Amino acid sequence: MATLQDVSQCVLEGDLDGIKDLVQDLINEGVDPILIINEGLIGGMNIVAPLFKSGEMFVPEVMESADTMNEGMKLVKPLITDEDVPSKGKIIIGTVNGDLHDIGKNLLVMMLESRGYTVIDLGVDVKEEAFTKAVIEHQPNIVGMSSLLTTTMMKIESTIKQLIADGVRDQVKIIVGGAPVTQEFADDVGADGYSDDASTAVELCDRMMEEQCKLQELGV
Amino acid sequence: MTKKFTELAYTKMDDFVYGSCPNPVTTKSGMVIGGGLVYPEINFTLPGMDINDETMPKAATIYANIIEGVLKRAAELYAPGVLVEFETLPDFTEHPKYGIEANKILLEGMKEAADKYGLKTAIRTTPNDLREFSRPPVMRGGKYWETMLELYEQCAKDGSDFLSIESTGGKEIHDSALVKADIRLAIFALGILGVNDMEFLWNHLVALSDSNSCFAAGDSACGFANTAMILAEKGFIPHVFAAVIRVAAVPRALVAFEQGAVGPSKDCAYEGPYLKAITGMPISMEGKSAAGAHLSPCGNIAAAVADAWSNESIQQVKLLSDMAPVVGMEQLIYDIRLMNAATEKGQQVMFRDLLVQSDSPLDVQAYVLRPDVVMRISSELVKTQDNFLRTKIAAKLTVEELKKAIAEGKVKSDKRDLKWLDKMEKGIDSIPDDPDKFYQEMKAVLDMDKFIPSEYGL
Repeated sequence: MATLQDVSQCVLEGDLDGIKDLVQDLINEGVDPILIINEGLIGGMNIVAPLFKSGEMFVPEVMESADTMNEGMKLVKPLITDEDVPSKGKIIIGTVNGDLHDIGKNLLVMMLESRGYTVIDLGVDVKEEAFTKAVIEHQPNIVGMSSLLTTTMMKIESTIKQLIADGVRDQVKIIVGGAPVTQEFADDVGADGYSDDASTAVELCDRMMEEQCKLQELGV
Repeated sequence: MTKKFTELAYTKMDDFVYGSCPNPVTTKSGMVIGGGLVYPEINFTLPGMDINDETMPKAATIYANIIEGVLKRAAELYAPGVLVEFETLPDFTEHPKYGIEANKILLEGMKEAADKYGLKTAIRTTPNDLREFSRPPVMRGGKYWETMLELYEQCAKDGSDFLSIESTGGKEIHDSALVKADIRLAIFALGILGVNDMEFLWNHLVALSDSNSCFAAGDSACGFANTAMILAEKGFIPHVFAAVIRVAAVPRALVAFEQGAVGPSKDCAYEGPYLKAITGMPISMEGKSAAGAHLSPCGNIAAAVADAWSNESIQQVKLLSDMAPVVGMEQLIYDIRLMNAATEKGQQVMFRDLLVQSDSPLDVQAYVLRPDVVMRISSELVKTQDNFLRTKIAAKLTVEELKKAIAEGKVKSDKRDLKWLDKMEKGIDSIPDDPDKFYQEMKAVLDMDKFIPSEYGL
């Protein structure tokens, strides 16, 4: 008989072939699908995250784990409504106007999704107005922007100004990153957070979401 | 008519050294790159700022200040000559008038330095490859291709000595290969997409250079192998994977030389030693003195067979001593002084070997740049003229070299390296020798929304 721990282990090992049988067994046994997601599938990714942070796992291995989790999700999702699918928060992310660099951004998207966030990836060379449009459409908790060039990093500032001008800045937290970006720059342009790589960016999002939850609990 | 490289350019290891090569290149100012001396190659970029019609005068002033500052310092330190690289920012290629203006400012600064100090200089103009601005990338036409060629042509007419590029053909697929550490996908991206694009691109660039009294210098696998190196440095992918990608990128870069490029190859092309071993043409390299731009595990060994020595890039910002590009210039000049002094004293081979020995046991990416490893692998690559097959062979031989070196304790390794090397070996062995057959196999796993096959002649 399969257990939730088996599912977690399977995700950790990135065993794409084995996950379907395990999840199906649990479904057949009548285990709550939300439990399968939270304690089995996301539970596995919660083991992966610290191993990645400590350098014991590489990104490709994390991706295999994430793919395995998603394979399991495919079986569970039809059993619950969209609203019931657990999400740690919604994040919009994009490389700013004039910049095409996206490996770091793509890594962050993958890591955020594997940690249970809903991510809307706007891609590269994202115009200022497109960020506003996406905020209005998707109502995210966090907006992430990246830039790899000294000239395009200024587009982070113009995007934040655009969000202010369009009256949506206060609805979201803004995080920024990329090779030339620093904490000082992030502060100067009015971002709420900065991180220097994809791994720490996930922790930053976790902290921001925890803060939001606390404020909500306090009714602020 | 493409060139064929059927044998190595060197027969003796002791001839495979920095500063000289069988086919040196002489610039308009008389610098002979690969003719005995190593030259500094200085590169720089703007501080954080927007580029538009309003800010361009400020950008122009910054470039004028940079070139004046770096060449003044070069003259003060008696540099034998300076290679200047103008690597454009995307705005400069998208709006060629900006790039052309900045290039002219640098040319004027070089002329002034020649008049004032008698300093020899040459300039490498490197428009960036904007073709990937279209998603999926449009490689063989369209506005980004047109503006890129416009910038190349005018800069060549204005007096640039060398044209280079860090081309991106196949990068849209290779990026996925890197984060998945998928060697089959990487070889498809480098050996089929990359090679096909390089043939098309460099055929045009060589023709353009030839008709404008300019040298087609060479490309770089920066977007491929350097991205791998940076990801490995961050602990995101295995170092052995990055090392294999470095050598697998060689055949792709070699295409530029088959099409008529003459060097010096791009500074960030760490695959340069392989290109030099095969073509006998000069190479530029970067290492410890490029740490202001990016970190690397091969800061010394990168200089072992370099003909020009670069700082990669640095922003025009003030440091305690002076502006950062001036600091970069000084660091490069002291580096090359030492190398050239060793040559003068007949200690060139010893100095080369010290550069090699100080890095190669410590990281697999440095190990694959060892001159003996370079010569062994290169000698196998010249046995075929099929660049796809060369890519596969390069990857396979690198895996074998690293396995052997790790087993013999010649290079430090991570406890997981052998697992990854085995995994790569299995992947490489499953690749057929026929590129068409491989493409058919790969169709099942390729994200066809990411690239347009016809843009690669497929």
